[in-house]
Amino acid sequence: MAKYDFVIAVGGAPGQGIDSVGQVLTRICARHGLHVFTYSAYQSLIRGGHTFLAARISSEPVANHGDKLDLVIALDRNSLETHLPHVVPGGTLIYNSDDVKAAPERDDIQLAPLSYKELSNDTDRKKIMLNVCMLGAAMKMVGGDLKVFEDMLTVQFLKRKGQEIVDANIGVARAGYEHAAENFTPFDTQFQKQEPALAVVDGNSAMAMGGAAAGVKFYAAYPMSPSTGVLHWMAANARDLGILVRQCEDEISVVNMVIGAAHAGSRAMCATSGGGFALMSEAIGSAGMMEIPIVVINVQRGGPSTGLPTKTEQGDLWQLLGASQGDFPKIIVAPTSIMDGFDTIPEIFNLVDKFQCPGMVLSDLTLSMGFTTFDPDTINWQPEIDRGEFISGPVELAGEYLRYAITDSGISPRAIPGTPGHMHVVATDDHDEDGGLISDEFTNPHKRRDIMEKRQRKMEGIVELLPPPTLEGPEDAEVTLIGWGSTHSVISEAAEMLTEAGIATDHIHFKWLYPIDEDAVNEVLSKSAHAIIVECNYTGQFARFLRGETGFKADGHIRKYDGEPFMPHHIADGARELLNSKTDLYVPYQEIVV
Amino acid sequence: MARRARKERPVQGAPTARDFKGDVNPDWCAGCGDFGVLSALQGAYAKLGRGNHDHLTVSGIGCSSNLPGYIRTYGMHTLHGRSLAVATGAKFANHELNVVVTGGDGDGYGIGGNHFIHTMRKNIDLLYIVMNNETYGLTVGQASPTTIVGEQTKSTPFGNLETPLNPVAMAIVAGATYVARAYSSDGPKLAELMYNGMQHKGFAFIDVISPCVTWKGGARVIFDYWKERVQYLEDHDTSDRAAALEQAVKTGHETQLGLFYHDTSRQSLNEMEPVLENGPIAHQPLGISQEQGDAIIEKMM
Repeated sequence: MAKYDFVIAVGGAPGQGIDSVGQVLTRICARHGLHVFTYSAYQSLIRGGHTFLAARISSEPVANHGDKLDLVIALDRNSLETHLPHVVPGGTLIYNSDDVKAAPERDDIQLAPLSYKELSNDTDRKKIMLNVCMLGAAMKMVGGDLKVFEDMLTVQFLKRKGQEIVDANIGVARAGYEHAAENFTPFDTQFQKQEPALAVVDGNSAMAMGGAAAGVKFYAAYPMSPSTGVLHWMAANARDLGILVRQCEDEISVVNMVIGAAHAGSRAMCATSGGGFALMSEAIGSAGMMEIPIVVINVQRGGPSTGLPTKTEQGDLWQLLGASQGDFPKIIVAPTSIMDGFDTIPEIFNLVDKFQCPGMVLSDLTLSMGFTTFDPDTINWQPEIDRGEFISGPVELAGEYLRYAITDSGISPRAIPGTPGHMHVVATDDHDEDGGLISDEFTNPHKRRDIMEKRQRKMEGIVELLPPPTLEGPEDAEVTLIGWGSTHSVISEAAEMLTEAGIATDHIHFKWLYPIDEDAVNEVLSKSAHAIIVECNYTGQFARFLRGETGFKADGHIRKYDGEPFMPHHIADGARELLNSKTDLYVPYQEIVV
Repeated sequence: MARRARKERPVQGAPTARDFKGDVNPDWCAGCGDFGVLSALQGAYAKLGRGNHDHLTVSGIGCSSNLPGYIRTYGMHTLHGRSLAVATGAKFANHELNVVVTGGDGDGYGIGGNHFIHTMRKNIDLLYIVMNNETYGLTVGQASPTTIVGEQTKSTPFGNLETPLNPVAMAIVAGATYVARAYSSDGPKLAELMYNGMQHKGFAFIDVISPCVTWKGGARVIFDYWKERVQYLEDHDTSDRAAALEQAVKTGHETQLGLFYHDTSRQSLNEMEPVLENGPIAHQPLGISQEQGDAIIEKMM
């Protein structure tokens, strides 16, 4: 069977139910066993403005929203006008004929008008169910199973809205479906059911689930887009899973509570976005100084300052690298897909517990607020949990206990409060092996040197455990695309497009960003051809970091900082342009403006 | 600094204040009010009768915030202003610990003011002792949030223009359920207020007048100043919130001491939290079961 790859997009005003129709659509596909990646472009408004959702549906796993829009559902006139040019030739545009006086003009696509007034018998004057009606028409055209559609409407609305609302939605869904059967031409390639049925998850929930699996028992947050989904998942599941969830007065309180909970023996985590992370900076250094393991997730949005609350960017790398004053061991990781976010949280918890330092997870809006499908049998709810040298409960103490004992590995066994015989003070001032303040000892330079070297020795152990970047693609590539974090899928797809077009292209991708093993990374980089670093920021934050750490200088750069994520062709076009011209920077043009 | 050898001292029989003496002697100026607070706290810990390891003393930054180093319990010397947030996290992770927070007026009412308000509002089960000396001592004597109007300090050489904060009134309004003011020179009364504050289930707050002998004109001047001003509340109903507030906002020559407000009817957030019913989360097995995981997946299909 040929690969099925199809994009359904929905445009409308906030309040027209784009999110719920997106969820229903994603679940319908998942129930058919089809893979989906959903991207939402929206504005920082509860009402007014314009929102847009693109769901890429495939017979194979998919992790970006692709290059084309096959079927566009325009819920209002604004969406009709905005997205008319974006429909791929041969595609279809569904719109509400009640909204427009004259039919839109394009002769290379199917224009599919329906009158919601007629189809709903004018009973839904506020057009609350227009989204479902139009999705009904779309389902008919792509061969979606009406029964599955109705089941998913029940899942979506029964608990929250009741049977009456479910029935009304099913009514308009059928009306749209039947209208399409009579009036519109179906697509040549249709939904084919596959096994198994898939589950649907968004990136923030995946990281929250990873936290639950890792044994997070304390989660604190201050609401901040686009990280708030982690809080919502944790809050909804807190009581079932025995996780204590707190919403705090600010991000300073959030991270300090997490530090307190972690010191008292709990695995503790928090998530925020760039601005909240800035407030957390000082405390992240204090976790380094007191040697308390914590995990902080930063879901990047466009910066600087309040920036673009609802748009994506990879612009916080240097903020994380430079978080807090002074030198201290820390780990930075950028998950490469939604489900990698699930796996990453247990991985980084084992590392921070072992090395007693802060760990930072760098996600972004594209990854965190995107939806994906996954095979429920592939999820590992019981990952390995290793708390490192951790002392708790009634223990026999042999001799004296030094919290910051100087060791070859730099790791000092950590006793938690409540453990008999191991009383000590942890301090944000620098201190000696026993926790006594060096600042009060007339700043003893020898003790300071010893304790600084002890802490920093942990970095040598961390580096040994972090996997090097991945290298994928043809062996004799002439172009190497280099990326980090959430762009893995879109870069891979661009590399495939280029290779198919005769430009053999491979792909080096970084997940573990800091610390970097210079030799191991250079070995991978030495295999690169014409190297192009692809990232979603203005100054090439990763390119500068990589050059500083390894001396590696890329031949070209593809950068995007308009708030929208890369589409595969942006990167493929950029690589061609960079190969054929003397410039070393390509900034793709964003065609779909929302 | 004098430093004694650290050795294990398991508490045998009833603990005494001496059992809570730390490894390090305080580096406070001779005559500082904080000495009185430290020994009162050691006495209160002893009276509670639990082992040293059952207590966690948390502070921020400042002269008085060095206290955890001078006491024999688990201790945290956290960032400036953040002690209440850290202590809240620790208490939630292990609510069996007796968590006491100590610090100064700049740390608690200035840089930590936001946490102060919200920790009281949430009624977290902590004892918070503020050694209020109306100055920033460690940074060598600037005006603090409680410095009186007109006072000349290094940051207000022409006299302070700002109205001082009223921490006791603020605590009553913000939702603290045990609110007291004490004087560092009255050790027995201070220790009693601390002990009762530790026993209280909820946020207990004691604003302690703890005179600075270095930046307030010298020991004689500052202790004479307070000696004739402090007086204990009389015929006051501590369960009456309005009466407590009336006492707290009273102006005049005298400063009222004692327990202003004690609400035993409101549960602490720790007690209200169902997740803590099975014991401290720090003692729970990590991770989730396959059944719990399956139930989560079920909702995602």
